Amino acid sequence: MPTRTFGPVTRTILALYAGGSGDHNPIHIDSDFAHSAGQSDVFAHGMLSMAYLAQYISGFASAGGLRSWSVRFIAVTPVNATLTCSAHVIGWDESCGEATLALTVRRTDDGKRTVIGEAVIAP
Amino acid sequence: MIDRRFIGWKSEPVVVEVEKGQLRLFAEATGETNLIYFDEEAAKAAGHPSLPAPPTFAFCLFNLAGQPYSYLRLMGVDIACLLHGEQAFEYLAPYYAGDALTLATEIADITTKKNGALDLVEARTDAINQRGQLCVKQRTVLIVRNESKL
Repeated sequence: MPTRTFGPVTRTILALYAGGSGDHNPIHIDSDFAHSAGQSDVFAHGMLSMAYLAQYISGFASAGGLRSWSVRFIAVTPVNATLTCSAHVIGWDESCGEATLALTVRRTDDGKRTVIGEAVIAP
Repeated sequence: MIDRRFIGWKSEPVVVEVEKGQLRLFAEATGETNLIYFDEEAAKAAGHPSLPAPPTFAFCLFNLAGQPYSYLRLMGVDIACLLHGEQAFEYLAPYYAGDALTLATEIADITTKKNGALDLVEARTDAINQRGQLCVKQRTVLIVRNESKL
């Protein structure tokens, strides 16, 4: 399946996502706070990557065709990273016309996986 | 370490209205390009009564209800030590701008990893619309680092 790239995830995007999502945790938007918490800099909200995955999946699923899905956030996404979403089909249920996709988000620069998951969709 | 007595804790139900402006800001912030998430006419032309909520927006509802991190505060968790571990959604009915959703969260489990360096808090949240329909079920696992420089 074709991949799709999002980003770079700039500080502006993190600020907009904080406002758009209501998640005001300063670890994502305030470098001073991130430093004091032992981080080298701010990092992206995991849910921003999941929102990118949702848009990526909408390229394969019918409108409203995303039934259920789950992801694990396995590495943080540093500020200014570019992310690439990929998927492949791992199951097909003929009786209800639903496919199961394996999902991956990787950092485009070093290929490191940041999010993995599965989705059940009606194509 | 988080007190295990919080397993089974249930939030008071909280009602949050789904607002058009908030949906548009969320769509802009996530780089959304589909017009149905910005333009009500485009949404109606696609068969929706108003702007639809995108798939991950349900996660935002608890924060937008004015109760961010409420159960974590109750547990005494420092948000500087917080990571999002897992997230799952199950969609049962769509919801739209103008809907009022009632949220109820239950702490399903609290476990410890890495010899107590990490606590994992599993929360389950249901969102029910003003007609009593269950719209979205969510499962969230938050990771709490017990040493902030781990």
